[in-house]
Parts: sequence; C-alpha cells; structure tokens
Amino acid sequence: MTPGVEAYGLVKRYGSVTALAGLDLHVPTGTVLGLLGPNGAGKTTAVSILTTLVTPDAGSARVAGVDVLADPAGVRRLIGLSGQYAAVDEHLSGSENLMMIGRLYRLPRAVVRERRDQLLETFRLTDAADRPTRTYSGGMRRRLDLAGALIAEPPVLFLDEPTTGLDPRSRTELWDIIGERVTAGTTVLLTTQYLEEADQLADDIVVIDHGRAIARGTSDELKRLVGGEHLEITVANPDDLGRARTAMEPVATGAFRIRTDRHEISVPVSGGAETLSTVLRELHAVGVQLVDVGVRRPTLDDVFMELTGRDATEDVPPTDRVDH
Amino acid sequence: MAGLHTVLRQGREVLGDAAVIATRNVIRIKRVPDVLVFVLIQPLMFVVLFAYVFSGSIDIPGGDYREFLIAGIFAQTVVFGSTFTGAGLAEDMQKGLINRFRSLPMSRSAVVAGRTASDVVYNAISIFIMSMAGLLVGWRIRGSLLDAAIAFALLLMFAYAFSWVMACVGLLVPTPEVVNNAAFVVLFPVTFIANTFVPSDSLPGPLRPMAEWNPISAITQASRELFGNIPAGTPPPDAWPLQHPVAYTLIWTFVLIAVFAPLATRLYQRAGSR
Repeated sequence: MTPGVEAYGLVKRYGSVTALAGLDLHVPTGTVLGLLGPNGAGKTTAVSILTTLVTPDAGSARVAGVDVLADPAGVRRLIGLSGQYAAVDEHLSGSENLMMIGRLYRLPRAVVRERRDQLLETFRLTDAADRPTRTYSGGMRRRLDLAGALIAEPPVLFLDEPTTGLDPRSRTELWDIIGERVTAGTTVLLTTQYLEEADQLADDIVVIDHGRAIARGTSDELKRLVGGEHLEITVANPDDLGRARTAMEPVATGAFRIRTDRHEISVPVSGGAETLSTVLRELHAVGVQLVDVGVRRPTLDDVFMELTGRDATEDVPPTDRVDH
Repeated sequence: MAGLHTVLRQGREVLGDAAVIATRNVIRIKRVPDVLVFVLIQPLMFVVLFAYVFSGSIDIPGGDYREFLIAGIFAQTVVFGSTFTGAGLAEDMQKGLINRFRSLPMSRSAVVAGRTASDVVYNAISIFIMSMAGLLVGWRIRGSLLDAAIAFALLLMFAYAFSWVMACVGLLVPTPEVVNNAAFVVLFPVTFIANTFVPSDSLPGPLRPMAEWNPISAITQASRELFGNIPAGTPPPDAWPLQHPVAYTLIWTFVLIAVFAPLATRLYQRAGSR
C-alpha cells in the first residue's frame, strides 16, 4: 500500500543555517506520525517542504504517492494544512472563511456549503459562524483553521503545532477532533513540542534535533528510553546534593541529572507515590532539607536530555552536569 | 484542439479563483471602511489646503487653480491607492494567509490577480469621494459625459497597472507598515515632480523634463483634457507625452502590467520560502 507520506534525505539550508540535514520520514496510510522537537529543530521546514511551500535543497518526498517536486499541484489537491499561526482572515466571519477555502479547493458551491455547516457544527462554531473571526478566542481560531484544512476531506493532513499556546481544555478538544479524523482513515503528520501530545495522538514518533532524526519509535519505546516517571527534588543547601543522591540511589532506575545551580536532582524511578514516601523518609533520616519534591511524568526535556545530553530549550550543553 | 481546450479551462480556473479572492477583499473593504477614511484624509486635505491656500498664488493663465488642481489630485489618489494593494498582500503574508493559499490547489496567479482586481473597486470608491470633494470646491466636468467616462476609465486602468507594481513591493517586504513608509518616500516626490499641482513649464531646470515624461503628468494631463479643465487659449505643451497624454498613459499602463504582473506571480510563488 502506498504510504501516506514518505521522505528521503530532505536537506534545506537558509544561508549558513541548516534547517534540515537529511531527514527521512515514513508515515503509513491511516496512521499518525508525531514530529517531536524543540523550536528551531526543523519541524516547520519539514512540513513546508511536504506541503510544497518550500523547495528542498536535496532529497525527495511523496505524499499519497504523488511526488512533491514533480507534481506539487497534484500534492496540493490531496492535503490539508493547519499551521502554528492560525491562518484565518480576521475580518471575514468563520462561515466566510470556510466558504473561501472550500471554493479555492475548487469544490462545487453546494458541497462547500454542506461541509461548512457540518464542520461549524462539529467544531462548536455554529453560534459564532457569522461573526468576524477577530472576535474569536485563540481556541476558536485554531478550530476554524483546522476546519479549513478539513473542508476538502483531504486524505493527508499536516498539522504544525496545532495546540501550541492553547489552554488544556481547548487542547483536549482539538485532540478529540484529530483523533476522529484518524479513525476515519486520514493520514496525519503532526509536529509538536509536547511529548504528551505525541503520546495522545501519534502511532509513531520521530524526535528531531538540528534537522536530523535522533530517535524513532512508539511513544512507549521513547518513554522506556527516558525511564517513565521522574522523581525530582530541590534541596535547600547545595552541599546536601551529594548526600541526597546517595539516599536516592536505591530507587533510581536510570541516570541521575543534577543541576547544581538550581539545587535540583532528577532521576527516573518507578512505583510513584510509594517510592516518593520511601525517598522522603530516607532524606529525612540523613537530614537533607528539601524545598520542593515531586514525581513528574516524562517530558520532551527528558527525552532530549537522554538523547542529546542537553535541555530542549538550550543550545549549549550545561557545564554543571556531574553525572549521566 | 486539446491545447486550446486546456488553455481555456486554465483561464476559467484562474478567473474563478481570482474572483473568490476578490470577493474576500471586497468584503474586507466593507467590514473595515476606516481604512478608506485614513487613506483619503490626506488627498482630501490636499484638496482643501491647495484649493484655498495656493489658489491665489499659482497662476493658471485664463483659468482657475481649483479647476486645474482636481485632475492632479485624482492622479495622486490612484497612485497612492496602489499602496493599499501592497499593504494588503504584506498583511496576508504576515498573517500566514499567503502560506495557506499556497498550500491550496488554486491557481498560482489568482491571489495577486484577485487583489489587484478588487483594488479597482477600492480606487473607484476613492475617485468617487474625491470627485465629490472636487465638486464642493468648485471643480466641474466641462467636457462631454463620454469624455469624462473615458477619463475615469483611464484613471482606473492606470491605477490597476500601478497596483501590480505595489503588489511586488508588498510581496518583498516583511510588514504592511514598510509598504506605507516606502510608498511615502518614493511616491510623494514622484507625484510632486509632475504637473499635478503646478504647471510643469513652471518647474526649474532638470525637473521640467522629468515632470514632462513622468507618466503621472500624462494621466493628469489626459484627465484635464477629457474633463474639459484646460482653459481655452492655453498653448499646446512642448513635450510629446503631454501632447499625446492618452496614448502615453496607455503605453505605461500596458508596460507596467506586462512587466510587473508576471513578476508579482513569481514573487508570490516563492513568497513562503524565505
């Protein structure tokens, strides 16, 4: 079966900056690929190439079997794109925006009207349908933007950070809607900075950094890599870090991460609350004063730390790492 | 005949897509009429200030300065009206709409073609308002109605051609503000080194030939002739463009479109890859 998306060796340079340094992607039809990475990793560039907005310097790509470079017009007929910056016309109403996009997909007027009304209903925008979108909330704009990407019922959907900047409720709503499309057979390539989002939606995850894939796998595989939950403590006195570490050694299931500047220790554990109370007892027994303590689920930061040895938000490796 | 059939189908598709875009832009003019007010305040002030401050000091032999002024104001209005095209496209780019359009299976030239087409509507509204202002200060159409209609049509055609120039500017700059500032710096002198506000033969040294060959002088001269605003007994102009202002305006109109329409389409195609 033809894959929904396949890309080989994509390279894109902007002047001296290499946005993509040879990226391969493979998304089987009807599945979701999560492209996970920090800002500037090359996620948007990858989506721009696959949606024919940008021409790669090297490499090739096909969307639903159609070559992105040889037949960009053919690709555009098969895709829907919803971007990071909700691209809706702020002076047009929600209904007018959808009508415009539907017509530009060259769908017959009657078909556009019918789908527009359905989508407004699904996305709970019917009441706001005739209001200019500049009166919409951030969540409503994102929903409308996504509705625009869906109006032609394209077999392949590209979602560039669909929920960045949204409140948790709007985020969950958007996840539900995307999930429904996938169930209906749509192939989705999704970029995100949130491991949780990739976890919720993606069948497979590709972690990218500096324009290169640094890990691939299912969300479970990636979580195994970072060791599931993390126990994090912040000590009052940095001199206690060593003793605290020794006390935590028995429950650790992976490498310690110590940030002297923040008086922080983070270590993969298992057993949740049980482990937490054991550690608290131990630390109390050796007389370590705590400022903060908690069990945290893995984040992109953890995946990054594990794979690259640095924070997702940093560009220079931290100098105060004492262990790995 | 398969080739012709394909060409016709593509032509229909371009027009259909451009119509969708133009409709969207006209809805925007309707929704945000304050844009029109802001852009027209300046020429309206020009009408009032020039008509009352300079009318005594600028001598139009055998005629009246206000009568002379309005055609120049029309020319200036349509030239500045083109900044609306550029600013609109720059805004679409800034807001990410151009990227959305570029990801759709629509014609590559339709976004700019639709924009320049809808801006004819914008310019028509502008010229209508400026005509009303002109009538209030004493300007009159003294020629035939047919000639006046030709004058308005010529102004709109020239405006349309100039829109393509500013469309290219709009697709090259990062924000709509840059279009407005650039327009101010470039268009202001261009509309002044002309016969718009003073007769070109009153200009000193090298400015005079510049003014005589300036297409804005030609469209102004053509309007004056067609509206019947040139006093009887005025000696014919020396320069060829001003002797044949309609032909010279049409030449510029076609050349601007021939050069800048394909350029704008190219710029649009690579707009998102920057």
